[in-house]
Amino acid sequence: MPDTVPERTPLHDRHVAAGAKLVEFAGWAMPVRYGSEIEEHRSVRGAAGIFDVSHMGELRVSGAGALDFLQRMTPNNVARLKPGRAHYSGLLTEDATYVDDLLVYQLDVGDYLLVVNAANLDGDLDWLRSHPHPDCTIEDHSDRYALIALQGPRAIEILQRHTATELDAISYYHFVGGAQVAGESCLLSRTGYTGEAGFELYLPPEAAPAVWDALVDSGAVPAGLAARDSLRLEAGMTLYGHEIDRTTTPYEAGLGWVVKLKKKVDFLGRDVLVDQKENGTERQLIGFELRDRGVARQGQSLFHGDEEVGTVTSGCWSPTFEKAIGTAYVPNRLAKPGTELEVAVRRRRLAAVVVPLPFYRRD
Amino acid sequence: MYPSEYRYTENHEWLKIQEGVCTLGITDYAQNELGEVVYVDLPEAGDSFDAGESFGAIDSSKTSADVYTPLAGEVVEVNSALEEEPELVNEDPHGKGWLVKIRFSSSEGLDEMLSSESYEELAKGQG
Repeated sequence: MPDTVPERTPLHDRHVAAGAKLVEFAGWAMPVRYGSEIEEHRSVRGAAGIFDVSHMGELRVSGAGALDFLQRMTPNNVARLKPGRAHYSGLLTEDATYVDDLLVYQLDVGDYLLVVNAANLDGDLDWLRSHPHPDCTIEDHSDRYALIALQGPRAIEILQRHTATELDAISYYHFVGGAQVAGESCLLSRTGYTGEAGFELYLPPEAAPAVWDALVDSGAVPAGLAARDSLRLEAGMTLYGHEIDRTTTPYEAGLGWVVKLKKKVDFLGRDVLVDQKENGTERQLIGFELRDRGVARQGQSLFHGDEEVGTVTSGCWSPTFEKAIGTAYVPNRLAKPGTELEVAVRRRRLAAVVVPLPFYRRD
Repeated sequence: MYPSEYRYTENHEWLKIQEGVCTLGITDYAQNELGEVVYVDLPEAGDSFDAGESFGAIDSSKTSADVYTPLAGEVVEVNSALEEEPELVNEDPHGKGWLVKIRFSSSEGLDEMLSSESYEELAKGQG
């Protein structure tokens, strides 16, 4: 990480005024929590939380060749999208490992918005531009968007007070481009990263503070990156740098549903994925919970008896279940729920048991 | 904020020294950095540690942090209340949230510890 001053989101002043603890994350000064991260987590599960995720990167891919280009660069079937629809996908290497995971929004015919991890933005741009398509341009539009996530069982009711757009009519992974929220123009996307209902609002940066204020005034509780991480982990959602990276494939990560082998395009990583689909993978992502007191963390080793069998990819204390949970890669033979494992936490071995993913699913 | 009778380390521990025994905890700055404490992993009475060695760890919902003793010695008591109420580390880090009492075998290292004024400066600079 270069020694530079972290970038500030358009909501920086709001975070400072709210007494947030700010940390540097992917080159940005981001709120990790405002008060209690456990209370913030529970607010999202029980009512509504609001997150500033303006650090996320937005790449505009457009031109007559945009569809062909994205069909080649991503494993999901971009031809199945239409304007107003989005899907989850990945940027894969020839080895079918992850350069990044991302959302693909189809804005219009031949016009797409890719939403990528802040930490991978430069790498994604390099990767996409190193596979050029003659009729397609790629532009970094990250500084044109602030991004607010409003999540929780009360999220839609709160948002509806500030928009004439009928929110119930927007299905999961659909979006409305020219919506008005609190008098500001924005893209309203029915997506999220918490396991709850809700929307993500892509806004012009200068519009973000007014929308944030309106939603907070209506009862949305500001929540930081700490709550975002424990919420996504409970919901079994992968995080780049943890469950997925340049060494893991979609099938290993339990993300095989984004791989559309039937699409008639030779996309990057396809050969490896065809082989893994046919012959299976050697290891897979599992969820576990600890039976002993303690919390497992990324990088700690997993044991089955005396044999070291894997590595923890994420771990946290779950505010919903009030126990420590985590994810790890293990050989397939040890992936069955109920399998007893141990996690090496400092000088101790903590008893763990494999449980189904996701840990949490809303009713 | 930081009791003047305590000594402090750059690693954000505090020590209260009485008759060859030091009571050790983490500072208010440290607990605020960690966030809400959900587990405290402590040694057992009778365990011995070298100066600079980790004697346990504190888990918050988000991260884990090792805690170190700046003085060599033997653990004479651990704060067993933390097993049921780890949040005491957040609520009263300089009091009821103490971690261990160590009978130190040598006072080597004591001179390098910080006064409350110096520690406050350090914490301010990092915060």
